[in-house]
Amino acid sequence: MDLPMIWAGLIAVAVFVYVVLDGFDLGIGILFPFAKDSKERDQMQAAIAPVWDGNETWLVLGGGGLFAAFPKAYAALMPAVYFPIILMLIALIFRGVAFEFRAHGRNRGKTFWTAAFAGGSLAAAIAQGFVLGAFVQGVRVENGGFLGGAFDWLTPFSILVALSLVAGYALLGGCWLVFKAQGALYERARNWVKVVAVLTALAMGAVSLGTLGVDPRVTARWGLSMTHIEWGEFIKLAPLPLLAVLVCFSLWRRWKGQPLILPYLLAVALFAIGYAGLAVSLWPYIVPFALTPADAAAADNALAFLLWGAAPLLPLILAYSAYVYWLFRAKVDPDASYH
Amino acid sequence: MDFDALLLSRLQFAFTIGFHIIFPSFTIGLASFLAVLEGLWLFTKKPQFKNLYLFWVKIFALSFGMGVVSGVVMSYQFGTNWSVFATQVGSVIGPLLGYEVLTAFFLEASFLGIMLFGWKRVGPGLHFASTCIVAVGTLVSAFWIIAANSWMQTPQGFTHAADGTMVATDFAQVIFNSSMPTRFVHMVIAAYLTTAMVVAGASGFALLAGRPKRESGTSLRMAILMMAIVAPIQIMAGHESGLVAHEHQPAKVAALEGWWTTRAAQPTVLIGVPNEQAQRNDLSVSVPGLGSAVNNIAPDVTVQGLDSFAPADRPPVFIVFWAFRIMVAMGLAMVALGLWGAVNWLLGRADRAKWYQRALVLAAPSGFIAVLAGWVLAEVGRQPYVVYGVLRTADAVAPVAASSVATSLLAFIVAYAIVFSAGALYILRLIAKGPDSDEPEPKSNEPPGSPLGAAIREA
Repeated sequence: MDLPMIWAGLIAVAVFVYVVLDGFDLGIGILFPFAKDSKERDQMQAAIAPVWDGNETWLVLGGGGLFAAFPKAYAALMPAVYFPIILMLIALIFRGVAFEFRAHGRNRGKTFWTAAFAGGSLAAAIAQGFVLGAFVQGVRVENGGFLGGAFDWLTPFSILVALSLVAGYALLGGCWLVFKAQGALYERARNWVKVVAVLTALAMGAVSLGTLGVDPRVTARWGLSMTHIEWGEFIKLAPLPLLAVLVCFSLWRRWKGQPLILPYLLAVALFAIGYAGLAVSLWPYIVPFALTPADAAAADNALAFLLWGAAPLLPLILAYSAYVYWLFRAKVDPDASYH
Repeated sequence: MDFDALLLSRLQFAFTIGFHIIFPSFTIGLASFLAVLEGLWLFTKKPQFKNLYLFWVKIFALSFGMGVVSGVVMSYQFGTNWSVFATQVGSVIGPLLGYEVLTAFFLEASFLGIMLFGWKRVGPGLHFASTCIVAVGTLVSAFWIIAANSWMQTPQGFTHAADGTMVATDFAQVIFNSSMPTRFVHMVIAAYLTTAMVVAGASGFALLAGRPKRESGTSLRMAILMMAIVAPIQIMAGHESGLVAHEHQPAKVAALEGWWTTRAAQPTVLIGVPNEQAQRNDLSVSVPGLGSAVNNIAPDVTVQGLDSFAPADRPPVFIVFWAFRIMVAMGLAMVALGLWGAVNWLLGRADRAKWYQRALVLAAPSGFIAVLAGWVLAEVGRQPYVVYGVLRTADAVAPVAASSVATSLLAFIVAYAIVFSAGALYILRLIAKGPDSDEPEPKSNEPPGSPLGAAIREA
């Protein structure tokens, strides 16, 4: 395997880790308005406070890694999704500082930062959905630079992707609360998961169909066309949507069993299925329909130099991140945030 | 002046990074300060160190959060606004930024969780270790970002590939480029001094307000120690950095010194108004010959002035000239305050020296001003290049419409105004309240001493 493909794989993994980790803490922000009171919201924030910063670092690795390993992909994509990226950054600023500020704010300040946490989480999810939608649609690239308009990213398809990412993050967030919350909030989280699982299933189905329509190459990849179905191709890939339906059904049935982390893991599995489906559809492009990893890669010596560090450091990072999660594995104390 | 995408992107980058650098330059020093406090507490068991730790860690949590979120912005702006720069230099400094994420950001973010919330979940030794790891992480982060920025100032160890982009020939040369060692030392000391000035100002304020003398007196002395020893070292480090700049970026040094003509025995312009049209300094006061001497140049050697460079290759002189003077003035003020403090301490009157304490309150933001002025000097002084002598800023901008950048710049200004004024308010409120003389230990996984934690104690 050559260096660009190794790095494409590593960045794909980093983005996936980002999505399923920051996804649950953004999801908790999205669910913020549905909590009963300020006390429940304190518990919701306490469920993610020690880990959100580490989760968001995977986003920096995604952006920084793309810059380092695939500067041409980074240079072609970022101007194409200028407004969604700026919206995401500003939304992340508001929801990021809201952890501390909400605790320091008095009356109006607290209300404002509660809204900022919820609104910032929602806006970040929507913005990331727009980025993903624009990415899947493909980007107009000529001579290595973006050549489209400032609002190319805004299409019915990208709006659909944005909405489904909101649902998906809310699902991750709800499942994380099932794992971390107790008492009334735990029961509420169970109900949220039930509702959001249905929404996520519908949204994923719609996005899947929409993806088939973005480019004939994608349709053909799945063995489909307007007139007939290539059963040989379709059967090989059909387990992906079937598995997704099964996972959503399990989540909707309100999985009762132990361990309580299971719903979250199911939601992660759902994201993995969707991610695999996208990978199948867009292979081998790193900027869909314009650049492959080999086209966009940095010089081989840069990729090798960074790989020498990443090979030992990424397992180490995963190890100490896991340790921090293990340290804070206990349920959030319902009275911990009483005031 | 046209408000085109280039100028707007430059304004946006200057604005966002200017806000960002305030926080790392404070938290780099504060993290080390906290590590020292916690170490002293574990070692001596004296309660004032615990109380100081629990007080300053609240301010650290607020500042670090703002540093993180304003930093994420930076890692995407290279692409959104400077995509040609990203393509051109990605193979050279991209890996440096990658290493910053891998060796520093994850370390800081993960162990910050333990530092702020792991109080009752890990033993004191491991908690102390977490504080130390966060402190080391901030320094490692500074190392990589200074390496990348210094390469942009003094690029070496690279060549151009067939497609015109730059590729490294030797990463050791890229990382340890000519200006990197001195600039790294200069920046880390700047961060330590910035923190010392804030700690000194807060301690002075608390003492003036009649707050517990034990805690504020201790932190005041720690800050004086830092100022008295490190501020003079910083002057020397800055001097060394200037010598390297003179060797590699003569136009920058000519601008910061206000040297318009190429001649021997350049003066030191103490004060003046650079006039770019007339190519001279108006209303200037200068010491003949001292400029060459300060730069370790023999009086008979000709030194390049701005007239050695085509106007299109010069940095904006007025900004560079004044940024340098503001930075130096702040540095000298810190040296003076360090000496004044040392004298008060030796005379045994540090706790009672009201005028000194008032001066410290006034000087509390001096570190921030010096850091910002220093970075303006470094970055504006590098113009019109983004990679000195290799890539012009005008050729590095992304193909984004001016209207798009104007919109995003406006959005950043509004967002930062809200977020950072609220942050400043909360930090100032904490400082106005000062450390408790008996800061209770947190009982849950709340941040120590946070309002939530305080509520738990009261409940």
